[in-house]
Amino acid sequence: MTASDTHRAIHAVWRIESARLIAGLARMVRDVGLAEELAQDALVIALEKWPRTGVPDNPGAWLMATAKHRAIDQMRRGKQLERKHEELGHEMEARQDAATPDLDAMIDEDVGDDLLRLIFTACHPVLSTEARVALTLRLLGGLTTEEIARAYLVPEPTVAQRIVRAKRTLAEAKVPYEVPRGPELAERLSSVLQVIYLIFNEGYSATAGGDWMRPELCQDALRLGRILAELVPQEPEVHGLVALMEIQASRARARVGPSGEPILLLDQNRGLWDQLLIRRGLTALERAGKPGAAPGPYVLQGAIAACHARARTPEETDWQRIAELYGVLARVSPSPVVELNRAVAVSMASGPEKGLEIVDSLTSEPSLAGYHLLPSVRGDFLFKLGRLGEARAEFERAASLTRNVRERDLLLGRAAACGGDAALAPAPAAKAPASPGRKARPRRS
Amino acid sequence: MRFMILIKATRDSEAGVMPGEKLLTEMMKFNEELVKAGILLAGEGLHPSTKGARVRFSGNKRTVIDGPFAETKELIAGFWLWQVKSKEEAIEWVKRVPNPEGTESEIEIRQVFSPEDFAASDPSGEVRKKEEELRAISESRRN
Repeated sequence: MTASDTHRAIHAVWRIESARLIAGLARMVRDVGLAEELAQDALVIALEKWPRTGVPDNPGAWLMATAKHRAIDQMRRGKQLERKHEELGHEMEARQDAATPDLDAMIDEDVGDDLLRLIFTACHPVLSTEARVALTLRLLGGLTTEEIARAYLVPEPTVAQRIVRAKRTLAEAKVPYEVPRGPELAERLSSVLQVIYLIFNEGYSATAGGDWMRPELCQDALRLGRILAELVPQEPEVHGLVALMEIQASRARARVGPSGEPILLLDQNRGLWDQLLIRRGLTALERAGKPGAAPGPYVLQGAIAACHARARTPEETDWQRIAELYGVLARVSPSPVVELNRAVAVSMASGPEKGLEIVDSLTSEPSLAGYHLLPSVRGDFLFKLGRLGEARAEFERAASLTRNVRERDLLLGRAAACGGDAALAPAPAAKAPASPGRKARPRRS
Repeated sequence: MRFMILIKATRDSEAGVMPGEKLLTEMMKFNEELVKAGILLAGEGLHPSTKGARVRFSGNKRTVIDGPFAETKELIAGFWLWQVKSKEEAIEWVKRVPNPEGTESEIEIRQVFSPEDFAASDPSGEVRKKEEELRAISESRRN
């Protein structure tokens, strides 16, 4: 094994062990920042030693023992300091006293609980969303600062600083290292789920950069979701989120065209959908339990994704069911975008005039004022109803609102297809959609 | 990255000897570890090759050969499908597979192709385009 082979092996060990390592140490020292430093110290020692000695048989235990020694050293040093303080007449803290004897027992307690504590701490509401994301990827995903920076297309020092500040904030706010109980649990869990889904979405439709997708981030989020599902299997929303991510990830191959352009759900080649991930998604949804019992937003979105996943062709899609699910979702977590999606589902189930009724109630919605999909969807309904003049105006408006060049071309093409004075529209050329009825969906692919 | 982890057959697995209780328990625990780590996508154990068959291709001919097959060490007794970050990570996990009875055996680690891997052999997206066209034709026939 060459030195670089060993380095890669150490990196792999780190990815497998770091979360458990940090989680266990954090319970011991009651400080996530310090715990991470101790774990990093152990990693540095491993990087020095292992290229010479080879990777030990049980690398996780080795790292833990090394980090523990560092922790004990630090505590002793702290104690010596305290003894000096004692000599000077200061009192020694009782808790500090009890801290040293059974460190082993402390660390070998349930690893699952430790990981949960770590997740809840990393996603604590005292932190900004950006900080939560960075800390979660770093502490639980085992990603290096460099990997996080690369994934988010930001300079490495920015991420490093974000993490340092996050750890300081946690320490200053004296955030207890614990799993929240009672009514706080639901709220805190939803913050954790949000962070995981944010990571997934950043990978699924990258907000920055030239790529439409960054699959590695999707995989990181999926892994975090799957881990969480085993830690709190009694929480339906966790399974809902996993279902949603598995099913969305199943379409990764189908949602990008040959030249990197997005392909919308109903236009995708379903033969390219990953059936293994679909099956996993459907299983996760089953684990979430019977949908009758007041489902949460992730279970509902997972169920909607499942409706599409089950349809072998677009025509087989159970739009009635999807419209119903959007109806429930609109009650559970109301938002104009959900309403817009519901309008599309309703139009597919019951005809464009029913969809138009819903969309018309949204036109005065301030949060949708600059949202190109509203006129785009409205234009589609009007087009199907044969009201071509109005449809053209909506498509043109939608085109003026989108910043995506491909999408603008597409919308202007549709405007031109409505006939009449096409002064504003460039030649629709080859970009004109083959099946106009399918193009204007806000539903993500 | 996806990896297929191929568990090679042993004389026992080929003879249809079921694994002992200790191995079963430890394997179950290991599988739980894989699930908890979020990397296990799928996995199955396979019956001995006695119950299997092969189809040999030569020109236009197809010949069916019934099991068992002789080359035990080359046969597969089971597989996992893992989603990990690197080959090294897969190796680290494989090193943790329990082997309580100290049996001589081998596990092979193979990377599964992903769409990116095909980009090199289809740089212009031609193959993909063909695929799309075929689909369009079959759809128009259906409609």
